[in-house]
Amino acid sequence: MESSLDIDKEKRVWDILETVSDPEIPVLSIVDLGIVRGIELMDEPTSLTISITPTYTGCPAMDMMAAHIRIALADAGFLKVQINQTLSPAWTTDWMSEAGKIKLKAYGIAAPVAKAFNKEYLEDLQMECPNCGSTQTKLISEFSSTACKALFQCKDCLEPFDYFKCH
Amino acid sequence: MLQHTVQTCIHSDTQLKYLLQLADNALILSHRNSQWCGHGPILEQDIALTNIALDQLGQARNLYQYAALLLTEKTGITTTEDQLAYLRDTGEFKNCLLAELPNGDWGQTVMRNFLISSYQFFLYQELQYSNDGQLKAIADKSIKEITYHVRWSADWVVRLGDGTAESHARMVQALELLWAYTGEMLEPCDYELPFIAKQSSFIKAAWEAKIAAVLAEANLIHPTNDWMQSGGKKGIHTEHFGYLLAEMQFLQRAYPGLEW
Repeated sequence: MESSLDIDKEKRVWDILETVSDPEIPVLSIVDLGIVRGIELMDEPTSLTISITPTYTGCPAMDMMAAHIRIALADAGFLKVQINQTLSPAWTTDWMSEAGKIKLKAYGIAAPVAKAFNKEYLEDLQMECPNCGSTQTKLISEFSSTACKALFQCKDCLEPFDYFKCH
Repeated sequence: MLQHTVQTCIHSDTQLKYLLQLADNALILSHRNSQWCGHGPILEQDIALTNIALDQLGQARNLYQYAALLLTEKTGITTTEDQLAYLRDTGEFKNCLLAELPNGDWGQTVMRNFLISSYQFFLYQELQYSNDGQLKAIADKSIKEITYHVRWSADWVVRLGDGTAESHARMVQALELLWAYTGEMLEPCDYELPFIAKQSSFIKAAWEAKIAAVLAEANLIHPTNDWMQSGGKKGIHTEHFGYLLAEMQFLQRAYPGLEW
């Protein structure tokens, strides 16, 4: 049975992880993004195991995020941190927090619009332009500055913008 | 007891070859696609193809890491993903010839990606039901990315095939050149059989239907020649392959063990 002390400690670890951001999208924390899959407390007070999962298989930010997790936790006194990378279940944008979606929009990136991964939709979607709010938008490219985003353009304000793809 | 041990060995050897074949296809196609980096026809599509190459590299890494783990367990000698990717020679690579052919023009590149990504899509769809937990996890993860690769490349095949007289002629040429290399993907060889014997005819039929539908939409005549070139899966490669490895493996060969 978990003691209230453990629950407090676990909450503290989640709070620390909230401060670690995605290096490619600094407005999102790794918790918002849903890449932290679990925290395991060890008997030794400064030991922890964290499980993370990659967004995309080739995501070059994974090593950097793992390093940032270590630094943030070491600053808080957790010195023995093991980070496991898990593949299954595969990451999905469904795990992105609602707070994360709001932050994305404020940052100028349209958040994933659908719940699950749907193969048949992309260029038919009317995305809301994060700059002017218009829904008159068009797909420019299914891949943008990173593999997780598509590039759209607003037909009203003519600004291009990124869309975080459903995945 | 002895019989049992031998069977386990054969099985793990077959499993290793199978994983390497999947990994080699992903890595070599990734490398070819990455050669477009900075040379794409427009910035957005340069970025798109580079992102696809990155996905394929990530898929290759997952498979090599798994193969390296099995090899380490089997031999007791630590093997890494980098050793498998950068220190094997031409005869040891098992990728299909289609993946290693030169890029040619943009039309040939998108056609090659369409032919291979469509195959990978139906293959990985089946591997999602694999009883090998790690292979299933890799398939679950990869198919999400491959779905986008198929969409992107099919879109380009239609755009160019059904485009101008010049783009149409280039796509006709690309299809003619690449077609004889497609059969190798679809016919399982000995070490693939234990994994996809039952599924291979379904994969082939699904691939053929997808290709026929997109070629029709692209206003391209479906090839009728059925003579197929093969060899890559058995380590017999085209003359282009040595040059590809020379470039791709240069750093690890010149500076063994170098880390980024």
